[in-house]
Amino acid sequence: MTKELLNKKDIDRILSRIAHEVIEKNKGTEGLCVVGIQRGGAHLAKRLVSKIRTIEGTNIPVGSLDISLYRDDLKTHRPLPVLRKTDIPFDITDKRVILVDDVLFTGRSIRSAMDALMDLGRPAQIQLAVLVDRGHRELPIRADYVGKNIPTARNENIEVLLEEEGKEDGVFIESP
Amino acid sequence: MKKDLVSIKDLTADEIRHILVTASTFKDVLKRDIKKVPTLRGKTMVNLFFEPSTRTRTSFELAQKRLSADVLNFSVTTSSVVKGESLYDTLRTIQSYGADYIVIRHPCSGTPHLLSKIVRASVINAGDGINEHPTQALLDAFTIQEKLGEFKGLEVAIVGDILHSRVARSNTLCLRALGANVRYVGPPTLIPTYLPKGIRAFYNLQEGLRGVDVVMALRVQKERMDRGFFPSEREYFKLYGIAEERLQMAAPNAVVMHPGPMNRGIEISSEVADSERAVILEQVTNGIAVRMAVLYLVGGADA
Repeated sequence: MTKELLNKKDIDRILSRIAHEVIEKNKGTEGLCVVGIQRGGAHLAKRLVSKIRTIEGTNIPVGSLDISLYRDDLKTHRPLPVLRKTDIPFDITDKRVILVDDVLFTGRSIRSAMDALMDLGRPAQIQLAVLVDRGHRELPIRADYVGKNIPTARNENIEVLLEEEGKEDGVFIESP
Repeated sequence: MKKDLVSIKDLTADEIRHILVTASTFKDVLKRDIKKVPTLRGKTMVNLFFEPSTRTRTSFELAQKRLSADVLNFSVTTSSVVKGESLYDTLRTIQSYGADYIVIRHPCSGTPHLLSKIVRASVINAGDGINEHPTQALLDAFTIQEKLGEFKGLEVAIVGDILHSRVARSNTLCLRALGANVRYVGPPTLIPTYLPKGIRAFYNLQEGLRGVDVVMALRVQKERMDRGFFPSEREYFKLYGIAEERLQMAAPNAVVMHPGPMNRGIEISSEVADSERAVILEQVTNGIAVRMAVLYLVGGADA
């Protein structure tokens, strides 16, 4: 059974709110950059940056990060793992990095992403923004900005569809 | 992908393309300040070289280290093989170390295949006799793609000692799977009597290079030349050496490749080897990225 949790409008409002929260918490955009985890997070990162531009009128650097090489579940994952591009065309050293992902679940992806970032430089700080927090953490990781907290059962599936992937924006929950 | 990479025939065309795409990501990693990823941390890789090799062994070793694996090098001169241990026992000993990956080079064709049947580890063929050298073919394909883009309709001339060349054999399989046309150029004594379907042989270099996009020079393998295949090295160079004036027949943007180590003045002239057309050093750099991709992908989930 599939149920819609967030629609296009909801997602847009959430990103507007998170943009404001980011600016408020960091007292502006000085030294900020945004990095999205492939693939959902990478799209959301770009949207977040354009929201911040509309509010503050400043352009902050945005990049995308592929975490496949840092995962702890290689060989249990897929028959042919697909690597996507890590494209961070700026130095993250001494920057405050806003890491963006679509769904926060076990926290393992975020652990991988932080390791990957550390190999690219030494950020002053990493903050985490997620569209959906569905619980079931396996690591001591929490998000600084949460779009929506959605209590789930472990065997349920959260699906985030985005326009950039040729779908209509929406977040859905699938129950077995 | 399968558990092992013994032959290019173990791969589908899609898998070859997937390896090339994956290799380009690893090439990006190699350009970073920290050229290392933790992907295969804790995996044990044994490099078994029963034949001398500098570049393939160091290339594999670097690829393994860049993936954070633990590497054990085992070369024939320092091993108990000189004390008379049989290949079978050596391989079983290596298996007992708990190796997850074994990279093997052996003078006898078919050894990697035999090994892959004995051990649980993933076996990667780093050259077996005159049979195959799959990772060389993959890195050559990667380099061609980088330089020329498409494989469809590409004309590739493999020049020289085809008969003894595992590089030629793997490249033929790989390039044709990707849609390129392959031709062999060399003296009749060094070209196999029976050619695979669709392969043309040229005994004249000028004719063989007409219109080709890629010239792949092969090393004259003195160690495998137990009979007089050609009268002298000087004559070989005169007739089949890749020299600047001979390349005028090739396509204007044609690239020259060589799997190394080169014999300058025998199969290739120094001018060509150092020219803009030569992508020989790029082949070496790409070799690391491609071998990282192979090590990352071989085995897979359902192996």
